[in-house]
Amino acid sequence: MRLSKAWLIARRDFKIFGQQKNIWYSIFIFPVIISVLFPAILQFAGQRSRGLLTIANLPNLLDSFSFFIVIGAAFIPLGIASYSIVGEKIEKSLEPLLATPLTDGEILLGKAIAALLPALVVMYAGASVFMVGVDAVTSGKLGYNYFPNLTFAFLLLVLVPLAVIMSVLYSVIVSSRANDVRSANSYSILIFLPLMAIYFASEIRIITLDITGFLIIAGILSAFDVALFFIGTKAFQREEILTKWK
Amino acid sequence: MIETDNLTKKFGDLTAVENVSLQVNDGEVFGFLGPNGAGKTTSIRMLCCLISKTSGNARIGGYEIGDKKDSLKIRKMIGLVPDNVGLTEHLTAYDNLDFYGKIFDCTESQRKENIKRILDRLGLWEKRNVLAGKFSKGMKQKLAVARALIHEPQILFMDEPTANLDPEAAKTVREFIVELKKEKKTIFLNTHNIDEAQRICDKIGIINTKLHAIGTPKDLEQKVRGKKTVVSLEHVNNKILDALKSLPLKNLTIAGNKVIFDVVDPDKENWAAVESIVLAGGHVNLVNVVGSTLEDVYLKLVRESE
Repeated sequence: MRLSKAWLIARRDFKIFGQQKNIWYSIFIFPVIISVLFPAILQFAGQRSRGLLTIANLPNLLDSFSFFIVIGAAFIPLGIASYSIVGEKIEKSLEPLLATPLTDGEILLGKAIAALLPALVVMYAGASVFMVGVDAVTSGKLGYNYFPNLTFAFLLLVLVPLAVIMSVLYSVIVSSRANDVRSANSYSILIFLPLMAIYFASEIRIITLDITGFLIIAGILSAFDVALFFIGTKAFQREEILTKWK
Repeated sequence: MIETDNLTKKFGDLTAVENVSLQVNDGEVFGFLGPNGAGKTTSIRMLCCLISKTSGNARIGGYEIGDKKDSLKIRKMIGLVPDNVGLTEHLTAYDNLDFYGKIFDCTESQRKENIKRILDRLGLWEKRNVLAGKFSKGMKQKLAVARALIHEPQILFMDEPTANLDPEAAKTVREFIVELKKEKKTIFLNTHNIDEAQRICDKIGIINTKLHAIGTPKDLEQKVRGKKTVVSLEHVNNKILDALKSLPLKNLTIAGNKVIFDVVDPDKENWAAVESIVLAGGHVNLVNVVGSTLEDVYLKLVRESE
């Protein structure tokens, strides 16, 4: 596996994305919502209902909020990966690429990097704004800056990459069966189900969104990633692509 | 350069290519002629190591298809023009070629030189900064040919490169193939255009799942179906007809004042026929021996195989 070759594919995809406004919307919409809207909601809720945001329940609320960063991180690569693979399918540009000395793994890795990197960069940028915004709104009440902390660092450095990888691999599988970007995106939305299930499980106290809970979630996401990796690499093989991809 | 030995591909119960054995020598243009669904694209895909073979063997430049390490070496030495051009439509013509040059490890100066040279020859240099998606069909096809040549491959596989092109664009692509032939590139050309195959190819294989015939266009015309004699007379009457029917002539037909029959040995058979006509009081204006056309051969073989 030559990383330089995978990087070539990723760079070409970045160049293509540069001309696709739809992709930019899908990349930026979630980080903007999380980084701007959540601190604004806290500010608004704090002004309207002073009993809601107490020193006791604020940390739990902030941890719950921060889990949306994981959900957002899973959202961003969907549009990119779907476009990157279904787009090639529509343009029928995979066959000449497959006829080069690149390995299936290098092509898949290139596609994965192209979807993964923007998602991580944008989500980390959004998370930074989120931290500053939330601290600005809550530090007065708490008497300290809640972010950054160890739990949030774990979320950013472990859960977010795991969620992004899961999303990318899932998109590869969906894209291998879809004929257009829209249908690929509609199927891709299903990836939110396990993440939303985790969130609702935390709401009904089956799981807690603290460092222990995050460790369990990391385990679950890792298992998903491994399973999706095997299915994804099986779907992304020369013969499979040329003879079975519809 | 390209050798196959009983090469076979099955998709479940469907046999797409069956026991194809052929040889294409260095610098030769080989035309794979067959109807749609005859297994031409499947054959090219196997030879380009894009899909696996079911049985048999094939070697490209001495490397074995199906062997993982050899497959990479084969893909390095070949260029492919697929049946769908498969360009990256959101990149410019230049960027499309530059990307492939990088994949094939061409240096920056090689890439610059090759892109300029090839686009110039194909008349696309002025359009190098235009998005490939904005190109006409013919221009896209030419760009796909350019992409396949960017790393100066020894062997070029072309899957119906002139299909769906207007006559002018098809002519440009054909002329370019002829130029490549002069450069001694080995070209494997899939086509269902008989005229194209006849004009460009040194050797032709007629395929319809199985390889039904292989040889030079002239060989095929002569060997597969033989020749016809056309005798033009002043007039044809019953006496002449009876005289001809008494001879062992095959497929004797009359068309106006012309008598046509199949011949294997024209010198011997024509003499006997002309003698009979003259003895029956006929007046011979012209005796002409014509070979079967490649189209006759192709249609006969394809119909027989169906």
